[in-house]
Amino acid sequence: MKSITRKIKTSLLLWLFVIIPLAGFTPQLLAQDGEGKAGEPKTEEAAETDAEASPGEEKPAEEEAGPVDDYNGLLENQGDGAPAFDFFATSMLWTVIAAAMVFIMHLGFSTLEVGLTQSKNTVNILFKNAFIIAIGLLTYAICGFNTHYPGFEEGEAWFKWGSMIGDLNADGGDTWGYGGLSLAMTGYGDFIFQAMFAATGATIVSGAVAERVKLLPFLIFVTLLVGVAYPVIGSWHWGEGYLNQMEVPFKDFAGSAVVHAFGGFAALACVLILGPRKGKYGEDGKVKAIPGHNMPLAAIGVLLLWFGWYGFNGGSVLSADPGPLGLVFTTTSLAAAAGVVSAAVVSWIVFSKPDLSMALNGALAGLVGITANADIVSAGSAIIIGLIAGVIVVFSVIALDKAGIDDPVGAISVHGTCGIWGILAAYFFQVEGSGVGLGSQIKGILLVGGAAFVFSIVVFGALKAIMGVRVSEEEEEMGLDKSEHGTEAYPDFN
Amino acid sequence: MKKIEAIIKPFKLDEVKDALAEIGLAGMTVTEVKGFGRQKGHTEVYRGSEYTVDFLPKIKLEIVVDDGQVEEASKAVVTAAKTGKIGDGKVFVSSVEQAIRIRTDETGSEAV
Repeated sequence: MKSITRKIKTSLLLWLFVIIPLAGFTPQLLAQDGEGKAGEPKTEEAAETDAEASPGEEKPAEEEAGPVDDYNGLLENQGDGAPAFDFFATSMLWTVIAAAMVFIMHLGFSTLEVGLTQSKNTVNILFKNAFIIAIGLLTYAICGFNTHYPGFEEGEAWFKWGSMIGDLNADGGDTWGYGGLSLAMTGYGDFIFQAMFAATGATIVSGAVAERVKLLPFLIFVTLLVGVAYPVIGSWHWGEGYLNQMEVPFKDFAGSAVVHAFGGFAALACVLILGPRKGKYGEDGKVKAIPGHNMPLAAIGVLLLWFGWYGFNGGSVLSADPGPLGLVFTTTSLAAAAGVVSAAVVSWIVFSKPDLSMALNGALAGLVGITANADIVSAGSAIIIGLIAGVIVVFSVIALDKAGIDDPVGAISVHGTCGIWGILAAYFFQVEGSGVGLGSQIKGILLVGGAAFVFSIVVFGALKAIMGVRVSEEEEEMGLDKSEHGTEAYPDFN
Repeated sequence: MKKIEAIIKPFKLDEVKDALAEIGLAGMTVTEVKGFGRQKGHTEVYRGSEYTVDFLPKIKLEIVVDDGQVEEASKAVVTAAKTGKIGDGKVFVSSVEQAIRIRTDETGSEAV
């Protein structure tokens, strides 16, 4: 037995470190054709960016080919957009950085959820979060992007299924022509920025269902949520669907509705089907506290989310246009700050002690509240929007507990309730000329929130009927780390 | 040989350790525990829900000493750990049948 295992190990190592690399390098080794060592870019043509260089560039005398010609080649590739190249490149750079910052929000979600739940479920939380970002990116490439932005034709407004992304650099996809000033990025930039958003909506659900959801049905649900529901519902607004075709279009700058309320209402639906944690609510309606096990992680999580939000809102300017960019960074910051203060003050008054987790939720509430309108409100309005969001979130948490709806991290209150607030605030606090209508805002939030809710009720409900969505009582008591993953987050004496 | 088990307030640990070192006792085992005696718990609030915390964090200190040193050691612990306020803790003394030093296989008083 032992010798067979050893043989398998040896052959595996051989394949990984000898055969495959050799196979990879062999073509280059064989391609030695006297024009220099294989694999080295030839001075004039090998670099891909130069591929479109016009024939006139290839001068017989190699000394004349210099870096300026490379740059001119880049400009030529931009066609009519060449004069805007610097702004285009800067905007694209900002876009991809913003995408990376939105990615960091997943780190924020992970640590926040871990901090506000019990240590016996930590591995499970982390696994769900890791899976969600992965499946979000994959489904967005496979079908999400082209469903989110399907290019509705005349008469279409609701649903058009998209295919896997192709070469988004092709056909001028890497030039100014892709989106002009309002979308100053390449096709791939557009894709990756939006892809990072997709999973943030879905991960909202993972916090609300924590500590008692069964892993497999949750993974199936979240795959469908981010792969189907998110792009379809999103297409109604950002994809130029119904909500943008209304006489007064819906306004949701960076996604208070299509990302946050979407996630919040999906979470609500799942929690209603799932039920509260065991022992959370007593017979007389008494609420039992189940404290989170790591406040430092929770605080780190919120601050990471705040940091990532600069990419979330800032990147939603969709260019490096300095005016809106500075405004959005300012309004975003002020709303978050105001949210912290008002949530802290309100919780201090209502609970007679200042609650850290509520203050942290307040920051997020302010951020969600400003997400719909960060580019059309003043600094002063941003503060008010954040203050009100902080108040709303505290009372929403209390109300949900009173109603017997168990949300360990406050996701439904932060994203659902404050998502609604953000959409309405876009109307109430818009600067002159922004064109936001109250009717459209109400219609939009009802459609988006309602659709997310109904989708989740149907899908999660079906999963409950097919395979059950909740772990057994013993598994819940033992902790999901042991029961679902067979491991512990903190195996040493801690 | 006797084992002295002392439940003390966590912030008193350094003082007790120093007091024992002064009388020549340098070895001990320390565990973080929770408990209560007559000191009642208190109420805490988490996200709007009140809950009582009955168990308070304490330190349990265990040392094994020669019969001759029990009095001295116990006194040292009590004096160092006392604050005069409720929740100071307790000291228990029990008999130890055998002690073995793992490295050298010494037994009895030499192992302590």
